[in-house]
Amino acid sequence: MTITVRFFASLADRVGRREELISNDGIHTARDAWMHCVSDMPIPGNALVAINREYSDFDAVVKEGDEVAFFPPVTGG
Amino acid sequence: MRIEVLESAFDPWQEVVRHELSLSPGSFGATAVFVGTMRDMNEGDTVTRMTLEHYAGMTEEHLSQVAHQVQADHEILDVVILHRVGDITPGDPIVLVGVWSEHRAEAFEACEKIVEYLKSQAPFWKKERLSDGADRWVEHNTAGSRQVLN
Repeated sequence: MTITVRFFASLADRVGRREELISNDGIHTARDAWMHCVSDMPIPGNALVAINREYSDFDAVVKEGDEVAFFPPVTGG
Repeated sequence: MRIEVLESAFDPWQEVVRHELSLSPGSFGATAVFVGTMRDMNEGDTVTRMTLEHYAGMTEEHLSQVAHQVQADHEILDVVILHRVGDITPGDPIVLVGVWSEHRAEAFEACEKIVEYLKSQAPFWKKERLSDGADRWVEHNTAGSRQVLN
């Protein structure tokens, strides 16, 4: 299964990249995607996740072609 | 309805006038406007510059959803939401929310709902440049004046 993982703002700085294409049949949830990409850092407590540009949760199931995004609390406006 | 994320400077007041000229004269009796502007101070530190990042695609989709929802809930005639991204300096406008309706109550309420949604849900992030040259991410927005969501 191939999915696109994106990181934004301070979270992108912390993990050292903004986007990664991952392909692994062992990835079932957004949490799995994080662990695959950032194995040396637990998910920060205030991190948010979106799947295909909709807010989701870390245990949501991901599927082929999904875009999973991790980011800190928003601060616009 | 106009919803845009802008990469260059804009004049919110000119945008309000421009949009209002596109509406049918006499169709609205109230216009509520919110303009957010960059300050030169945050958490006790002087801020000289700011970079606004966003999640392209998700931002526009969510702002469109909330604008349509508010329009349906409050008998709103029209909505404008403009938000800057990129590098800005103190005094620059960050966001414009304009709402047109027949009466003031709907306009005030809808405008506030959109602003509070935008500040708590829309995927924008601010990074500040302080006077000593250091950069820092803004970790949270200030609380709204009152709870208006839901």
